[in-house]
Amino acid sequence: MGAQLRELRARIKATKSIGKITKAMELIATSRIAKAQARVEAARPYSEEITNVLQELATGASNLDNPLLTERDNPRRAAVLVVTSDKGLCGGYNANVLRATEELLSLLREQGKEPTVYVIGGKGLNYYRFRGREVANSWTGFSDQPHYVNAAEAGTELVNLFLAGADDDGEGAGSDGVLGVDELHIVYTEFRSMLTQTPIARRVAPLQVEYIGEEAGSDQASRALPPTYDFEPNPEELLGALLPKYINTRIFAALLESAASELAARRTAMKAASDNANELVDTLTREANQARQAQITQEISEIVGGANALAAAGSEE
Amino acid sequence: MAEMSVELVAVERRLWSGTATFVVAQTMEGEIGIMPGHERVLGQLVEGGVVSITTTDGEHVSAAVHGGFLSVTADSVSVLAESAELGEEIDVAAARTALSQGDEDEQARAGARLRAAGHSAA
Repeated sequence: MGAQLRELRARIKATKSIGKITKAMELIATSRIAKAQARVEAARPYSEEITNVLQELATGASNLDNPLLTERDNPRRAAVLVVTSDKGLCGGYNANVLRATEELLSLLREQGKEPTVYVIGGKGLNYYRFRGREVANSWTGFSDQPHYVNAAEAGTELVNLFLAGADDDGEGAGSDGVLGVDELHIVYTEFRSMLTQTPIARRVAPLQVEYIGEEAGSDQASRALPPTYDFEPNPEELLGALLPKYINTRIFAALLESAASELAARRTAMKAASDNANELVDTLTREANQARQAQITQEISEIVGGANALAAAGSEE
Repeated sequence: MAEMSVELVAVERRLWSGTATFVVAQTMEGEIGIMPGHERVLGQLVEGGVVSITTTDGEHVSAAVHGGFLSVTADSVSVLAESAELGEEIDVAAARTALSQGDEDEQARAGARLRAAGHSAA
């Protein structure tokens, strides 16, 4: 009996200290979510402005045959950028992103495209390494606080890869000798709310320019002075310079959303863990009390039994 | 006095916004000065350039802008930058070190930061 009580007490102690750790992680995540959300907000003006500029440019440019905007006739290869976290303990966050990635990969394969995987975040990298699957490149170490340079690094490599794919034929690399890709996809987690984060797969290149609807177009034509821009340098060159930056911005936005989602997922997971730990401590404490009581009762009955036996032995003499 | 709204936006945050009477920037084709009522312009800014703004209060705001674009309409100017720093936030000592030690690209940036902070980049 004594052994059981000691065991229970040790478990209570262990559970309590786990609970403290998870509680601390919960609080840290909670305080960081606000910051992460603020960063998502802070990045919004730029992405709105660059979208505006791009739209103006798309209406102003005479031809839109920039490779980043053109659908390839026969897409054969696709690069998929997966955004995961560096650290675990965030519930289903990574599992959900990776599941969405697997779905995208099998979809791409069904369409006859050969996917290449690029990973951001240590967990995703481990996932593919453990399964012995090839990862073309990876970037780690910034998943909960991404900076634009991180996004630009990944973005530049992917855009170059995409541009290199323009002249590839069905089998081998084209005249530039680099085997590029025909499509770029990104899989990240969208921050819906503190409780809901959804993995999302998006195609980033070729880009789909959202034309202003016909209604807006006719409205524009009827205006006395249609807005015409002076472009420095010419629109085509400007578009060529702007589009890669636009893609970097999209990747950066995805990183920020993912960071907020990671923290929210971690907070939820750690809250559940702390609650479970507390519940377990309660149950174990109850069990320990019962065991202690049982031990006391047993000791008393042993003493009483012993005393009775002595008394009985005494009276027989 | 005529004025225009000016936004200086970097990728990670909005640096400055307000009304101004005059903005100077360097595009790929040369320096451009913008006053209210300017023709619409979309331009690419030079690497390591300086944008200076004269506000309606007559104050001067300057910023080092790297990898940016400029969008001008009659009553607004937006400067979009991959990274940008306001003159008053620039660490002059760090910029000087970068200027003497960094590679070519870094030197250009450091030069712009020094100019934006009101120091000579020589």
